[in-house]
Amino acid sequence: MPDLIVRARGLSKRYGDKAVVDGIDLNIERGQCFGLLGPNGAGKTTTLKMLLGNTSPSAGELTVLGLPVPAQARRMRERLGIVPQFDNLDPDFSVVENLRTYGSFFGIKRREMDARLPALLAFAALEGKADASISELSGGMQRRLTMARALVNDPDLVILDEPTTGLDPQARQLIWRRLRQLLGQGKTLILTTHYMDEAERLCDRIAIVDRGRILVEDSPPALIRQHIEPQVVEVYGPQLEVWCEEFAQALASRVEQVGETLFCYCEDETALLRSLADHPALHFLHRRANLEDVFLKLTGKELRE
Amino acid sequence: MMPLPQISRRWIPVWWRNVNVWRKLAGPSLVGNFGEPLFYLLALGYGLGGFIGEMSALPYIVFLASGIVCSSAMNTATFEGLYSAYTRMKVQETWGGMISAPMTLDDVVLGEVIWMGTKSLISVSAILVVTLLLGLIDSWLAFWVLPMAFLIGCCFGAMALVVTAISPSYDFFLYYFTLLITPMFLLSGVFFPPDNLPQAVQFAAQLLPLTHAVAVVRGLMTELALENVLLHLSVLFFYGLTAYWLAIVLLKRRLLV
Repeated sequence: MPDLIVRARGLSKRYGDKAVVDGIDLNIERGQCFGLLGPNGAGKTTTLKMLLGNTSPSAGELTVLGLPVPAQARRMRERLGIVPQFDNLDPDFSVVENLRTYGSFFGIKRREMDARLPALLAFAALEGKADASISELSGGMQRRLTMARALVNDPDLVILDEPTTGLDPQARQLIWRRLRQLLGQGKTLILTTHYMDEAERLCDRIAIVDRGRILVEDSPPALIRQHIEPQVVEVYGPQLEVWCEEFAQALASRVEQVGETLFCYCEDETALLRSLADHPALHFLHRRANLEDVFLKLTGKELRE
Repeated sequence: MMPLPQISRRWIPVWWRNVNVWRKLAGPSLVGNFGEPLFYLLALGYGLGGFIGEMSALPYIVFLASGIVCSSAMNTATFEGLYSAYTRMKVQETWGGMISAPMTLDDVVLGEVIWMGTKSLISVSAILVVTLLLGLIDSWLAFWVLPMAFLIGCCFGAMALVVTAISPSYDFFLYYFTLLITPMFLLSGVFFPPDNLPQAVQFAAQLLPLTHAVAVVRGLMTELALENVLLHLSVLFFYGLTAYWLAIVLLKRRLLV
């Protein structure tokens, strides 16, 4: 297996004269968890579709798992697992039947599949639900089953499109543990998510995309270090504007107002916190800079629809 | 020019998936696919048949049985190719899952078409048993109706998939039913030979695939002569293969953009 699991050069997809993906380069190394982040409509889903070989690039070169895509997409997909954004489990089948049927799409024989079932059910934490119908499963269980289904062929690369969207915190924790487990087995993961804490926690490398282009690509700590002051104080409350003009602008390296909240970015926050102590009417939250700050700084704070 | 479909054995799991779903829901499915044509056959065959006596020198129910076999094969495959296939394409995204595995849309469409042929074969088998029990068939040639049912099912299944490929919703199917399937059901010789229809209508009926299906099946199930088999089969193959190719082209345009 090559060390570069995904290699893209100048990858583009245009619809008419609109470029949805506009010349991106990707190098995703074996064993990495690679995060693809961006606002809605940034081109993430189209990029994933091109990686799958289910839409042809308008320009550029793409190699996945060492095979040219889309030319040899079918062979490539034999070693690929997919967790789509929306669960498309078969509602007419039980848990086990879903796994068996999906295995048959990879040409896995019934006997071999039955040998793999216990491990897949354990991965999904659905040992007791083998014969349950899909409608009996909670959202978290369905997601886990979709993840287990993506592993029927023991893939080298797993693509997960928003794996934890819509799940409760407990269900997310379990999914994260499973993703770590996959990384521990040496699999490569490509992940899209709107949860920056999730990306920061799981990903080795992150590309932030917007309007079809990669804005930055690096490890989460490096991105935070390069783009944001280390300390952030979020302030809101009465007469915020007055305090901002009189104190914050002088005491913080950078301030930015979003809605009713003032974000103060500082190298050293002591003076700013002291000033806040003198203004007890103002509420504030002091925290370390995180990936969400980077994301908002680079992609803008206005609402995307 | 779009390339020809790529045939591979990967259609088998698509077909097998549908077989397994069908086995779970076989009860209501059989009642629909078998019960309805049976009622038509019995009510019109004996009821109306009592008034008209013979048609084309055959007892009316004998004449009608071969027509009902064909229309049943057509309807079974058409429903499967429209409503069920649309559900798998759009609502359940079953096909999306398949083409994320090492399968292509060519495999998916082939598996679906063969499944639609299979489903027509199942409902026609049931009807054939009844006609046998009623003593309406007296020739071993009738056995050949089974492969014909499969062929008719594949042909109409593929045609329905073309409609599904361009449908924005379930409601769109009514156009196809009302404007194509219903006239075909009435004018293709299922209930009466088209000989007395106006010339233009007769000519139009000759262009419809069901007319040719009925012509062959009636020759197999009754004493009427079995003529021009090659021509009739060619028309069915022409419709079926063209629709199969077009369905793939249109579905690629819809799903692989």
